[in-house]
Order: sequence, then structure tokens, then C-alpha cells
Amino acid sequence: MKTTIEIAKTHLFAKKKQTLVASLGVTFGIAMFIVMIGFMTGINRVLENTALANSPHIRIYNEIKSQRKAILQEVFPQSLVIVHHQKPKNEKPKLKNGFVIIEKIKEMKEVWGVSAQLATQVFYSYGETQVNGNLAGVNILDEDKLFSIKDKLIAGDLESLIAANNGILMGSGLAKKLNIHIGDKITLLAPNGTNSLVKIVGIFKTGIGAIDNIKCYANIATVQRILQKDSHYLTEIYIRLKDANQARFLVKELKSRFGYEVEDWEKANETLLASSIIRNIMTYVVSVTLLVVAGFGIYNIINMTVYDKMKDIAILKAIGFDGANITEVFMYQAVFIGIMGGLAGLSLGFTLSFILSRTPFTAGEVLGIKFFPVNFDPRFYIFGLVFGVLTTCLAGYFPARKASKIDPVAILRG
Amino acid sequence: MKNLVLRANNVNKYFYEPEKFQVLKNITFDVEKGEFVAIIGKSGCGKSTLLYLLSTMDTDYEGSIEIAGEAVTQKTKNELANFRNQHIGFIFQFHYLLPEFSALQNVMIPALKLGKYSRKEIEERAYQKLRLLDMQDHALKMSSKLSGGQQQRVAIARALINDPTIIMGDEPTGNLDKQNTQRVFDVLRDISGQFKQSIVAVTHDSDFANSCDRIIEMSDGEIIKM
Repeated sequence: MKTTIEIAKTHLFAKKKQTLVASLGVTFGIAMFIVMIGFMTGINRVLENTALANSPHIRIYNEIKSQRKAILQEVFPQSLVIVHHQKPKNEKPKLKNGFVIIEKIKEMKEVWGVSAQLATQVFYSYGETQVNGNLAGVNILDEDKLFSIKDKLIAGDLESLIAANNGILMGSGLAKKLNIHIGDKITLLAPNGTNSLVKIVGIFKTGIGAIDNIKCYANIATVQRILQKDSHYLTEIYIRLKDANQARFLVKELKSRFGYEVEDWEKANETLLASSIIRNIMTYVVSVTLLVVAGFGIYNIINMTVYDKMKDIAILKAIGFDGANITEVFMYQAVFIGIMGGLAGLSLGFTLSFILSRTPFTAGEVLGIKFFPVNFDPRFYIFGLVFGVLTTCLAGYFPARKASKIDPVAILRG
Repeated sequence: MKNLVLRANNVNKYFYEPEKFQVLKNITFDVEKGEFVAIIGKSGCGKSTLLYLLSTMDTDYEGSIEIAGEAVTQKTKNELANFRNQHIGFIFQFHYLLPEFSALQNVMIPALKLGKYSRKEIEERAYQKLRLLDMQDHALKMSSKLSGGQQQRVAIARALINDPTIIMGDEPTGNLDKQNTQRVFDVLRDISGQFKQSIVAVTHDSDFANSCDRIIEMSDGEIIKM
């Protein structure tokens, strides 16, 4: 073994308590880092997954614009025309050639599935109650491929929707509000004023209140009939990709190819992602602070050791150790403290995370989780250890370098 | 031709604090192989300063110093550290052992640093040096548990471990009682006589000095007698 390592080891073991305290600083820093980052990213992942599982990667729709060119302007292009308080034109949110577009999108290699949507606002009327909600006309098998509707059904099945003439699948929250059971019939009030009687053939639960409390599915033909539209009428196209991260790159292409508004999931869930980012920043700031504090602890202890060992340093220099050797002696001590503290921190962090992940926690209707979500990504453990050891190296380096610069003559002469 | 191991040529040194002051003035002298030299003089005459210049630990001086045929004046600090490890043994007034290590380990450390022999050989050699000073029975004791005289003997064993060309002592017996002083002196005497290693020792002790081969007497930074 190298002589400098041996000296470092002797110094460390001569002051076991001090070494332990210094290591504990690193231990707690890294343990807290592991717990916090695991917990925070765990929450983020649950939120993102829930949001992603129920929203398409890309949505194509036709935006109704009230700002349009006045017809006077087209007739007299050279003159100044001012039209006050324009009213929106009766423009349909229809996607022209929607089904042709779908066929073309299906051919793209990045695409996993496409689902045509005909969405409309409706009132659900049952007895004396009227509840506001959304009705989505879909081809239920396409929709199932995108959002696994089948797994979310708590009553009924998809086949009976396809077979039924006027059937709908109802969100569980909505069904509870209206006190509806499978097989019941309710009246739908469409924006164009039509009343239609439909039959509940299934009830689904996604776990997201915002969906379960307002949404129903029906066959696209059913909705077309309710709205009194032709069989080509559809308002939105939902796309699910093989890789969700490709979404933002495809937006531009789809926009220029088909000329409609295109929105990717990141844009649709901006608030969610923003809060994820803020949580991540918080986590890193707090964790880094903890590690830096631990670093100062180590700095102090190595510094004290250097002061303590002034005489020893002078002797070592007198008997032939050069500055670099002296730096080594103290750096080895810092690295040892860092690695021991770091490894202990990783196991403590893992233990606490594990306990946390077994702690019951219900987020109500909003999220379908039973325990605190914890992410055990090994990269965090590697990062924690590397950062912990780097901090200790840095904290040890300054006192160690100071030690190497000690003038032995001044000390030996007294 | 005399066999020189140390040559100081026209060495001058200044202190700058609190004001410029010349501590050493044109010091020139030689030490031969196997010679036992005492440097004496009143406190403040510069004898310790001279010793630390010769030891290569203090590099801030004018003139030149040659040890074992090598000019040490131009060497870098790191080169000097290795040079000391190999060629110079030290004995200080206040024994200065590393307190957390055993007597044996203290003796072994300079040899481990030099890395010329295997660990096993080094241990054997360390025992041999300790035996020379009659300290072999205390080899495994912690150095902080030894008495002053015992510590000084361990320190001498440590100075000898790498078979240095020259051994330097700063008041090697300054802190010891009569009996221990005699013992240390006898050992040093043996070293220079039998093993032909040169010794330069700064001392206040006139008995000690009178028993040496040669006395260099200093006063006000100059050699007045040698």
C-alpha cells in the first residue's frame, strides 16, 4: 500500500468520532437528495402518465377565427376599410376530408394509432336533472387502441356500443351524479336544439375527475345524427405516436401538410409540465444545498485536522515527503469520508424511499394511486454518489493544498 | 584528495522581518565523510538558521551548498524533498515522532517513502536500527506512550533508516537528562566511526561539543573558529 494512504488511514482511525461526524454530514445530504428526487420525480411521472394516457400525443382541429378579412376589403383592396365589431361567421369546426387525412396519417411511420373525433357539448337530461358535458363521437375500436378504453370500463363492453344504434359509454362520475345504471335511457340536448334518446351501454372510469365527470363516448355516426350532419363530418383527429417525444417535431409537418391547427401533448399540458419543472428545480436546489452544507462540514474537519497535524506535516516534509504527497494524505481522507458517507447515504436514502413507497396515500378521485409514488431510477443514485464525492473532494482540496504549502522550518524551529 | 560530503560556499542569508537583517555572513566550510562536527555559539548567532539551510528545507539564501557531490541550491522543492529522503537524516530537539504511529512505523515511514526495499526488508532494517539504539523491545508501542529519551532514540533510528550520507541534529540532546544524553552521544559517535556517516549537530552542550571531531564556533552570523 502507498505510504500516503497508510498515513491518511491512520489519521482517520485515530479520530473515529470526527471521521464519523464528517461522514454523517455527507450521508444525510445524499440520503435526502435520494428521497426528495425519487419522490418528486415519482409524482411527476404519475401526473404525466395519467395526463398522457388520456390525452393524444397530437391533436388536429379547426380553429374558429372571428378575425377575418371584411368582404369590402376584397372588393376595394386599395382603399382604407374599417369594419367595427365584426361578428364570427357561421363557420363549422369541421375538418374537410377528415377521413382522407386520417388514412394519410396512418401511413406515417411514427404513428401508432389515429382516431377520428366528433366532439360536441351536450346536456344530459335524466328525470328533472340536466348536467352539462361532452359527447365524443368516435370509432370505439380506434379510440381503444389509443386510450385503452376497454381496461377502463367498469360496466358493459365495447361490442355492445358498436352494435347499439343509440348507445353511449358514460363517465363514472357523471353516471354517479345522475344516478344512472347500465341499460338506462337518458335524453341528450344538443347545441342545435335537437333532443335524442340514448341508452347507456357501458360506464368507464379513467381516474381523472375532469374526464369522468363530463365525458361520454358514442359511435361517430350516432353523434353525426344527433347534430344532423353528414357522414363525413368530424371535428378533431387524435394521434398517438410510437414515441411521445417525437410529437413536437411532427407538429410543423402536419400543419403545413393539412392546413389545420395542430397541438402536441406538451403544449396541451403546459401547466402540468411547468409545475413538473418547478418541482425538479426545487428538488435540485434543496439537495445541492444539503450537499454543499455537508461539504462545508468536511472542509471544517479537514481544516482542523491540518491545523492539528502541523507538526506531523513538518516532520513528513523533513523526512522527504513533497507537497504533492502531503496533499494526497489529506485528499485521501476527504475521499474516504466522501465515499463512506456517500454509500451510507445511498442505503439510507433507499431505505427511506422504500418506506415512503409503502406509505398509504390516496389522492382522491384525481389520481388512481394507493401509495406515495417513488421513482427508484438508478441514475439518481449514481448522480448522488458522484456529486457527494465531488463535493468532498472539493471541500478537502483547499485545506489539503494549504497543508502542502506549510513551511516546515517555521514549525520545527518553534 | 579529501572525501567531502558537504560544502557550503559563501552562504549569506537575510531576514526581512521586521527589517532587513543579515543573519549569515559569508559562511564557507566543508564536512568530510565520517566526520562528526558540532556547531556552537550563543543564541541568535545563526547556527540553527545555518543548519536549516544545510538541511535543504530553507531555500532562501545566497551562495551555494553542495551535498554528496550534488549542488542542492538550484533544485526545486520537490526534488529537494526526494533528496532529503535519500541523503539526509534529521534529529530534532523535541523528538518529533508521529504520535499516532508505533515506534516501528515511525522508523519505517521514510524507507517506505523511498521504496528501495520491500516492506518485509524495511521492517527487518527498522528492527536492526532500533536494536542499535536498544529500543527493539518498544518497537510496537505507540510513540506517544514512550518517554522523552526513548522517543529521541526512535527518532535517531528513523534518521538512520535510509543510510543517509549525512545526519543533521538540531540540539539532539537539548531536552535529555545526563544519562540519555550520554547514550545518544555514544550512538552518534558509533555511527560516524563505524558506518562513516557524517554528522552535523547544533548544540549548546560544551561537553557534547568537546567530544566531537571538530567544532565550528559562530558569532553574529560569522564563523569565528573552526
